[in-house]
Amino acid sequence: MKRGFKRGIVVSLVLAMSMVTAACGSSSGKSDNSVELLNVSYDPTRELYESYNKAFSAYWEKEKGQKVTIKQSHGGSGKQGRAVIDGLKADVVTLALGYDIDAIQKKGLINKGWQSKFEKNSSPYTSTIVFLVRKGNPKGIKDWNDLIKGDIKVITPNPKTSGGARWNYLAAWGYALHHNNNDQNKAKEFVQQLYQHVPVLDTGARGATTTFVEREIGDVLIAWENEALLSVKQLGPDKLDIVYPSESILAEPPVAVVDKNVDKKGTREVAEAYLKYLYSEEGQKIAAENFYRPTLESLKEKYKDTFKDIKLFTIDEFGGWAKAQAEHFSDGGVFDQIYVPGK
Amino acid sequence: MKTIATKRGVLPGFGLTMGYSVLYLSLVVLIPLSALLLNSTGLTWGKFWDIATDARVLASFKVSFLTAAAAGLIDAVLGLLLAWVLVRYDFPGKSIFDAMIDLPFALPTAVAGVSLTAIYSDKGWIGSLLEPLGIQVAYTPIGITLALMFIGIPFVVRTVQPVLEELESEVEEAAATLGSGRVRTFLVVVLPQLYPALLTGFALAFSRGIGEYGSVVFISGNMPMKTEIAPLLIMSKLEQFDYAGATAVALLLLMISFLLMLIINTLQHRLRKTAR
Repeated sequence: MKRGFKRGIVVSLVLAMSMVTAACGSSSGKSDNSVELLNVSYDPTRELYESYNKAFSAYWEKEKGQKVTIKQSHGGSGKQGRAVIDGLKADVVTLALGYDIDAIQKKGLINKGWQSKFEKNSSPYTSTIVFLVRKGNPKGIKDWNDLIKGDIKVITPNPKTSGGARWNYLAAWGYALHHNNNDQNKAKEFVQQLYQHVPVLDTGARGATTTFVEREIGDVLIAWENEALLSVKQLGPDKLDIVYPSESILAEPPVAVVDKNVDKKGTREVAEAYLKYLYSEEGQKIAAENFYRPTLESLKEKYKDTFKDIKLFTIDEFGGWAKAQAEHFSDGGVFDQIYVPGK
Repeated sequence: MKTIATKRGVLPGFGLTMGYSVLYLSLVVLIPLSALLLNSTGLTWGKFWDIATDARVLASFKVSFLTAAAAGLIDAVLGLLLAWVLVRYDFPGKSIFDAMIDLPFALPTAVAGVSLTAIYSDKGWIGSLLEPLGIQVAYTPIGITLALMFIGIPFVVRTVQPVLEELESEVEEAAATLGSGRVRTFLVVVLPQLYPALLTGFALAFSRGIGEYGSVVFISGNMPMKTEIAPLLIMSKLEQFDYAGATAVALLLLMISFLLMLIINTLQHRLRKTAR
């Protein structure tokens, strides 16, 4: 009886396997006058690229008379970077932080100096880190230092598993530095206290938003501005408020062409145009409508009511991503010391 | 005297099936596992030892193994009850009930995790009832155990069920006519025959629980040193592109699991012998 059951499992497994191989075998070919691009991106850009892809396809067909289909892949930034390293044939990557693209570059898939290939550090749109609080801000949270007061509960994802959350962490660190005469120890103390106010460390940004909004846990969610604006728009402004701290970090999610892949597929021209068009007025407008800060001056003016002007510092303050990663987020780094004392 | 044909069994095609089994096993199990080994050879023994004895790694192993063991044990008891009900009694809707047991196999584990968290968090249906009693389920090891129980229960039911079906109730009746009470009949006559199946079910649920990631990350809260599970630590190492470190933790996890499985299997072998 039991053996029969086991055999049943094996047989169905084999069947499933052969079905998968059959499905993989029948991938479509392409004709001359159409081209396909794969954009490997991170989680909260889904809506942005859905509308941008349509706009770019129309533009490209008008310019070159060629049909371009863009496929999208979304997931955690680090996970997506790893997928490309492991052989996902991405033409372009649009990730949450330069560190993940650096990792792809180190494997030789992207040429050195990718960050200077496009304008503005290859970051066509930017964002920043803000607070999302319950309607009417019942705990009176106005700035970073309010987060470590009393029994305030802060929701933010784990910076070790979420690329986006590393910006959250660094924003807090930068604030503490500037308010303590650049004393690194004081900054460390502040961030340490901050994470003691975190009751749940989700693995990703969307998970943290769910914890805060749906489970109603915590008094404040540290979030990307675009995620915060989107949450307020989707869940109704009668439930949540956005609070801008006195200063924050300029989050620059960069883009790059995956050189090895486009040269192999012969898609370099269209891939480069795809990223370049993000800087055009239309591309910038789509970014702004999806709550990313545009970098084009004329549009900055137009959307100044949506994106509040606050003091912003950049990752350069931490000596770039490679240094910040090694110091803060690698194993045994500052973040680990918060949880494992005496190491 | 045995001829080769009878040794090989009645059905033909031994060569073909064996060949396929070996190929399948190597492609799907052995080669990925050896890749795991190869990946961690980038580490020196010293570094491997550092990772193995790291306080956070040890804490995460403790969380993973304890919650998986607890879930497996509870599943063994509850699964036995479920199987008993399904085998011994007839009631309306039995076939639906029976099919529902397999749902945890089919449901994406992340969905299970999200819904369990929704119900058991402070503001959820059940969580809000437990909270005044001072019992917190979501974001504690209890929550992790709960998720693993959900994942593991079909293993126990499906291994115990067929054995129960083959147990003849005449044996119990015989025990009763010989003057044995209900409790004694259950403990001395029924249970010993079920031990091997129960142990298999426990082992399956337990080993499934050690590796479970999808459902747990939602309900555990992922606090380092407290509710961080070992698979999450592997993920966070991968997130830093630290392949060697991640495989080191994975290898450790695998070795401990393998040892435990070996112990359980030998135990089971003995039980099966004594049960006969």
